[in-house]
Amino acid sequence: MVCAGTGCLANGSLKVYEKLRELVSEKGLLIDLDMTQDACGEAHSGESTAYGIGIAKSGCHGFCQMGPLVRIEPQGILYVSVKPEDVEEIVEETLIKGRIVTHLLYHDSSQGTAVKTEDSIPFYKRQYRVVLANCGRINPEDIREAIAMGGYYAIAKVLDEMTPDQVIELVNASGLRGRGGAGFPTGRKWGFAQGAKSCRKYVICNGDEGDPGAFMDRSVMEGDPHKIIEGLMIAAYAVGADEGFIYVRAEYPVAVTRLKKAIKEAREYGLLGRNILGSDFSFDITVKEGAGAFVCGEETALISSIEGRRGMPNPRPPYPAAKGLFGKPTIINNVETLANLPSIVLKGDSWFKSHGTETSPGTKTFALAGQVVNTGLVEVPMGFPLRDLVFEVGGGTRTGRRFKAVQIGGPSGGCLAEDQLGVALDYESLRKVGAMVGSGGIVVMDEDTCMVEVARFFMQFAQNESCGKCVPCREGTKQMLALLTKITNGEGTKEDLELLEELALAVKDGALCGLGKTAPNPVLTTLKYFRSEYEAHVFEKRCPAGVCQALKSYSIDPDKCRGCTVCQQACPVGAISGERKRPHSIDAAKCIKCNTCVEKCRFGAIIKE
Amino acid sequence: MGKEIEQVFQRKFDKVNSIVDKHERKVSNLIAILQEIQTEYRYLPEEVLTYVATALGIPPATVYGVATFYTQFSMKPKGKYIIKVCDGTACHVRHSEKLRYLVREKLGLDDGKDTTDDLRFTLETVSCIGACGLAPVVTVNDDEVYGQMTPEALAIVLDQLISEEHLDGSIEEKGEKTDGFPAENEQAHESDDGKGRQRC
Repeated sequence: MVCAGTGCLANGSLKVYEKLRELVSEKGLLIDLDMTQDACGEAHSGESTAYGIGIAKSGCHGFCQMGPLVRIEPQGILYVSVKPEDVEEIVEETLIKGRIVTHLLYHDSSQGTAVKTEDSIPFYKRQYRVVLANCGRINPEDIREAIAMGGYYAIAKVLDEMTPDQVIELVNASGLRGRGGAGFPTGRKWGFAQGAKSCRKYVICNGDEGDPGAFMDRSVMEGDPHKIIEGLMIAAYAVGADEGFIYVRAEYPVAVTRLKKAIKEAREYGLLGRNILGSDFSFDITVKEGAGAFVCGEETALISSIEGRRGMPNPRPPYPAAKGLFGKPTIINNVETLANLPSIVLKGDSWFKSHGTETSPGTKTFALAGQVVNTGLVEVPMGFPLRDLVFEVGGGTRTGRRFKAVQIGGPSGGCLAEDQLGVALDYESLRKVGAMVGSGGIVVMDEDTCMVEVARFFMQFAQNESCGKCVPCREGTKQMLALLTKITNGEGTKEDLELLEELALAVKDGALCGLGKTAPNPVLTTLKYFRSEYEAHVFEKRCPAGVCQALKSYSIDPDKCRGCTVCQQACPVGAISGERKRPHSIDAAKCIKCNTCVEKCRFGAIIKE
Repeated sequence: MGKEIEQVFQRKFDKVNSIVDKHERKVSNLIAILQEIQTEYRYLPEEVLTYVATALGIPPATVYGVATFYTQFSMKPKGKYIIKVCDGTACHVRHSEKLRYLVREKLGLDDGKDTTDDLRFTLETVSCIGACGLAPVVTVNDDEVYGQMTPEALAIVLDQLISEEHLDGSIEEKGEKTDGFPAENEQAHESDDGKGRQRC
């Protein structure tokens, strides 16, 4: 199975897929994968050549850093960074002779060994995959594979054995909380909608994963779309809805295609439509594409957007559960929340509660990115220590630079310093330190990152995406951005710092929707945990990380410079002069601070302050 | 000439009509309608917005409001190649701004200008395309995704696109992809300097 998630596609996995098909069919071994052949290979362990070789595209494995990934069943071998040139070797050695191609295995640098299967790679070892269980293991474009892995069993059980009340009771008992960020108990939300009297009700899957740095919803939508469809069906049955929508952001074209295909297949199999599986339950789903507006992740704004209007939030109450889409009771659940439902139905609430913490049961998928060795998707039980996630699963910082901060929860979350690494990843613990689970994006930053600039970056984002409806967010983000820009330009004053903090608190209290209320979080947390950096910018006019352009100055250390002229040739503006084999110097007036000389110098002679 | 333009307009609205009809003239499908129109013309011409408003029986201000709210929509013509540089958090901390500088420099785009004069290239900054594991990421027309980019690697990609454009960059070639747009394009040039056809 060749990974065809967006990440691996970017790394050229389609070429690998085509080459594999070509070579295997030349040898006359290619078969069409069919469920009768046991495509997943879970059940038989024999020589695969005896049955022929099936080649399929799978969804995202989550280990995007090492893509393209190729997984060979039934042995469970995982090859990483596979290039089209490697395909011949895989076919000859592994597929035909059953031998392992060692150089394509994942190499664990801490142990210095090659690792054969996925489960023994440190990145995967401590994960517990519920939501991502099928991602990378099935072909998302074939409903039969989803069914073979237990797909649609839960809805069958629900329709066959349970009343809507029992479903809500079960979800309540499991303690499942919304995975979109705020963590509202899912069962309670459903209860409100179920109780509302109306001839029509709607359920919506929120796939508008706008948080920069988060991509777990994309992976589930691309890798296991049927799980989301099934989850949405369970929700619809529980609250009494007969129409559902999946709202996907425009930036995820692959997810849109796969979901549409999955829905079409589900209809053909009678799993969507009238009287599903012979019951009285009728339900159908439409995919709605967003058009690029972060605020549409907020539920009332999302509803406006589905109705074809500007995606602006509305004051709550009334909550969507009472008056939502087209004025009817509506339930909106996040992709990951819905993807948890089938397992809860099949395995029960006590199984679900056996993972995670008491107040935050179950698992949570985090998207690990930034300056960390292993980037990708990580599903761990709630309450997992942040430190272990960054250093054990993530493998620590890249390029050996010192760890500086970790940003959790996107523009609504906060930046935590090393001292806060002990925090457990659950709703309450994170809120206590000023961050939030958010959608679960975790971006690791090293010492080369300026925290004031990061705060400015997030404020720029919040200001761009502010819909403009309420004054605190519209004006507040603008003013905060102006202050932060002033500080990064080295023009900030002590009063600016105080004003910034005051404004941040005002916006937090005064904004209309969740997005506005959380927009100051990156500012507040950086002010709290990295205050000295702000102070260095304001009082000493210095950027400790050497990021802020206006505060940087470059010079050459005459003791280290060998006069090799490389920097002189590389400088785009001719600011460096000097004779061959003599120490060079930089003309500060000409220098545009592009950092090129630092990157080119082989002797570390350029001093950046 | 006037007749030709009229025909071009007629053709344009035929297409718009079929898109609007396909979405059952429902106001709730407005976003989808605009998306399809934009795929067709590569931007949302103002007269088309007014036309859509009339077709759906809603005020032009509503359509205009939606078209300006969402970042995906553009009221200005976009280039044949849309180069998106991701500036999500992960890409940002892996220095995506260098990539942006490079694209601007290579394509000769000043600050505040996102599309080249010959309508070949448009530079966009997106806030996250969800490929954070591969940061920094650049996409070309959404179908080519380049991960773990460096300025050097991106320069090669851009050079290739630019040289391809020089080799077979004639108006006819552009016409293959969309049928409404090149007419629109020529028309814009004609009103500019009267000899737009020779410009590229």
